Amino acid sequence: MEETAAITVDDGERERPAESPEPPPRAAAEPPDVRLAGVRKAYGDVVAVAGVDLEIAAGEFFTLLGPSGSGKTTTLRMIAGFEEPDQGTIELAGRDMTGLPPYEREVNTVFQDYALFPHMTVGDNVEYGMRVSKVGRAERRTRASGALKMVRLGGFEERKPSMLSGGQRQRVALARAIVNRPRVLLLDEPLGALDLKLREQMQVELKGIQGEVGITFIYVTHDQDEALTMSDRVAVFNQGGIEQVGPPAEIYERPATRFVTGFVGVSNVLERDGTRFTVRPEKIRLLEATDDGQGLHTERGVIRDVAYAGMVTRYLVQLDGGGELQVVRQNLETSSSEALEQRGRQVTVGWRPEQTVAVLEDSANTRMEDPQ
Amino acid sequence: MEAADALASAPRRSAGRRLAGLFHGHGGLQAGALLSGPLAWLVILYLGSLAVMLVAAFWSVSPLSGELVKSLSLDNFKTLVDEPVYRTIAGRTIAIASLVTLTDAVLAFPIAFYMAKVASRRTTAVLVVAVLMPLWASYLVKVYAWRQMLSTDGVINWVLNPLGAHGPGYGNTAVWLVMSYLWLPYMVIPIFAGLERIPNSLLSASEDLGASPWTTFRRVILPLAFPAVVAGSIFTFSLTLGDYITPQLVSNNQFIGNVVYNNVTGGTNLPLGSAFAVVPIVVMILYLLVARRLGAFEHL
Repeated sequence: MEETAAITVDDGERERPAESPEPPPRAAAEPPDVRLAGVRKAYGDVVAVAGVDLEIAAGEFFTLLGPSGSGKTTTLRMIAGFEEPDQGTIELAGRDMTGLPPYEREVNTVFQDYALFPHMTVGDNVEYGMRVSKVGRAERRTRASGALKMVRLGGFEERKPSMLSGGQRQRVALARAIVNRPRVLLLDEPLGALDLKLREQMQVELKGIQGEVGITFIYVTHDQDEALTMSDRVAVFNQGGIEQVGPPAEIYERPATRFVTGFVGVSNVLERDGTRFTVRPEKIRLLEATDDGQGLHTERGVIRDVAYAGMVTRYLVQLDGGGELQVVRQNLETSSSEALEQRGRQVTVGWRPEQTVAVLEDSANTRMEDPQ
Repeated sequence: MEAADALASAPRRSAGRRLAGLFHGHGGLQAGALLSGPLAWLVILYLGSLAVMLVAAFWSVSPLSGELVKSLSLDNFKTLVDEPVYRTIAGRTIAIASLVTLTDAVLAFPIAFYMAKVASRRTTAVLVVAVLMPLWASYLVKVYAWRQMLSTDGVINWVLNPLGAHGPGYGNTAVWLVMSYLWLPYMVIPIFAGLERIPNSLLSASEDLGASPWTTFRRVILPLAFPAVVAGSIFTFSLTLGDYITPQLVSNNQFIGNVVYNNVTGGTNLPLGSAFAVVPIVVMILYLLVARRLGAFEHL
């Protein structure tokens, strides 16, 4: 029952994203807050970062998203000054920072393990940056207590870090960094060690704090949900390079490459008539016998697997025309037993042709074929 | 009835299993049984001999017959305080022990820092072996080697004399040099361990917050490593305090240990020797109390 409707594939995002970076939202006149040009870093034979170009606007919440070993943390460490790039330049507000040590850069970092000084009180930790830059005692006190209030730890000045919970340490680390009013705040998987509930709560708080202080945030994470929830823009890293840069909705709905498709969501990639495309699982309908699939591209297949997840049920459909699709359906009326009975059934799936997005070969692969 | 049959027919348990059953769930009993041997050794042989020595410190020797008078008096301690020579010897011993400790701390810190934070893993392993290697050689061999080197026609003078200088010869300086050499590994290893326990992210955080390397050293590394230095100093200080062979071989000066040794083995005055041996014990107890306040015991 193959529909005749041609597989129309959206060609809108054909260009390589790395070559055509999004114009940053509010950087019309002034230079971008952070600019990376042709940044490359290798450790021996291992290329950690293979030519990254980025422009991040002032006040942006920018996320570097990617699996471990994709080069996102190395990129962050190069912006902080802990690593020097082998090639390329790093600019901060138009000033070349390449070669400057961390203590001469207007950036502060929130570390994954918080890195609070165990021999100092919370107050001394927060005041540390101001103390080494010779800010007066009275001003230090005021600013530190203000920063601690902002992260909802007012009155914790005299405690030692060892007396705090993980979430509280995280907040102290944040206060210690923003109290110095850096131009850019770097966050290296800061929520990685927290449990899910706390993480979700901190995501909202971080976003709120960023709005309050107006500092540019560069946020490293491997969690695509976190990236999509918090960011103004996301750069998806893979094997030392950037696959795509764009706002979360664009990354999700118009993934440029096969890798982005799979990493930000589910890899529903099909190949029909020589064109490779993807369609997101929630955009696919499981059609009833009575449904004529008007205006949809339909294909037949077999339900190979069913996973009931409370709010939704996930179906894995093996298509007769080749390939597999994951389909997500809200459990509006379906019960778990009804959902699980579907296994092995013949079904027709359909989607609106305009919901498909063409995907390119990963830029990581083309980089491999064409070194330098 | 059936239950009783079942019990009777149950396989007989071996003595070992019954013992294991007794210990199961009784952690205190288990630990007690395991520790009873070593504990007896520690209490009877080690603390016991110490107690005998402490008691002997209050005895005296009959000036006429030279026999032990086993009645308690404070005369020995009075002698130690009143006779200037004992005060000089105690002062010299403590001064050189302090000097050796200071010297070793100053020498050991850069070595340990290099090993813990700068060198590659491989180099660190080589350096750990290099630092410990002198401990494989006999103490006496090393001191005799120094005795040779420090002698008038030893290698030190052979190098220095053409330059118009000469070595320290035998004396307090020689004792200080040799002791500093002997106990250096005992200082390097605790500091190395202490520095290794400082996460590198703390150093990065300090740099990130605007601290220059020197400020990072002063405000982060040094305060965090200081308890480890104190831990190392317990070794260097107490080992110097108790030594009597090095002073004998590379100087003509007496240490507390020499006085104790001469009085005890020479049989001249065992009680006085015992009383003098109490001095380093008291000094060490005070030292350990201070060290504990400084957090050194978390680094041993």
